[in-house]
Amino acid sequence: MTAGSASWSFTPEDFSAMTASLKRFLTETNSICALLVDRSGQLVTTVGDSAGIDTTTFATLTAADYSANDQLAKLVGEKDFASLFHQGEKSIYVADVARRWILVVIFDSRTTVGLVRLRMKAELEELTLLVDRVFSRGRNGAPAERLLAGADEEIDKLFNN
Amino acid sequence: MINYASREINCKIVYYGPGLGGKTTNLEHIYGKVKPETRGKLISLATETERTLFFDFLPVDLGTIRGFKTRFHLYTVPGQVYYNASRKLILKNVDGIVFVGDSQAGRMEANLESMQNLYDNMSEYGYDLTKMPFVIQYNKRDLPNAGPVPELQEALNPGWEVEDATKFRVAPDPYHAGENLVDQLPGGEWVERAPYFEAVAIKGDGVFDTLKAVSKLVLKALA
Repeated sequence: MTAGSASWSFTPEDFSAMTASLKRFLTETNSICALLVDRSGQLVTTVGDSAGIDTTTFATLTAADYSANDQLAKLVGEKDFASLFHQGEKSIYVADVARRWILVVIFDSRTTVGLVRLRMKAELEELTLLVDRVFSRGRNGAPAERLLAGADEEIDKLFNN
Repeated sequence: MINYASREINCKIVYYGPGLGGKTTNLEHIYGKVKPETRGKLISLATETERTLFFDFLPVDLGTIRGFKTRFHLYTVPGQVYYNASRKLILKNVDGIVFVGDSQAGRMEANLESMQNLYDNMSEYGYDLTKMPFVIQYNKRDLPNAGPVPELQEALNPGWEVEDATKFRVAPDPYHAGENLVDQLPGGEWVERAPYFEAVAIKGDGVFDTLKAVSKLVLKALA
């Protein structure tokens, strides 16, 4: 893998653990849906009712929004803004997960920002453990490194049409 | 990023280069040509005068490999010098770079400034441009004031010294007969250059050649 890329991968077990944790969080807070996004704007997973939301675009814009706010924080002498809140009929709460991923929660008047924020702390701790597991494995020769090993011919074929 | 749950390989490619060089035009052409089912929306965060303010974004699927969908997220950066802070943000976690140079003779200084800015921003993240998928596109080849390619190559793609002795062998440029990507200089020093493409992005010439080349390099970096 190249020097600059986000080199990591996760297994079906990681995925189930993340999904289960996020589902529990959605039920506890009565939120509509949650997206887990990596810092480069790629969608890791979506849980809940995301019908009608272009999740790929949403993930990209969230990461950009978060990065821009991160820089704004630095300009006013803060280390970072750990969370962002956009208020409307549907509201969005965005929080940092171990400085690797971003958790985005979409909710409406069926719950309150207070409850989302309250439950968020425990959820972030749980996700941080999972993130650490994924990234520690990534550094020790993740499956990511091997998936395309020897696939040169297949890659050539992909671009020959 | 490999997602085993959704069986996707996600890669981030950034189109870099001076203002008004044709980065957004590259994405617009790709958006217009690929089948709607293999691409997402083209998102542009632009000013009212259509200058890129933050970035353009287009997700495209380029096919399946080993049962995994290859999904490329294409981004452009704002080319104007003023927007360096936002430009740098887009480079975070990039997998491949396309430098879109403006072939017009009068834009050489802007090209050089942007290339230097690319190297600087990458190194601030600790990324080494010479060790990652990187291609150069010379755009606007149809304009009467377009400079000759060898001149552009000399200024923008002079090559970097190869340090790895296992790469000390001539590597022909697959896209230009008779030219080499890795070559030995008369002084004995080995240099490597980025693959380059000539383009007229507004008509679509060279746009897909550039995209295919950088995507292939990105996937090969995983192989």
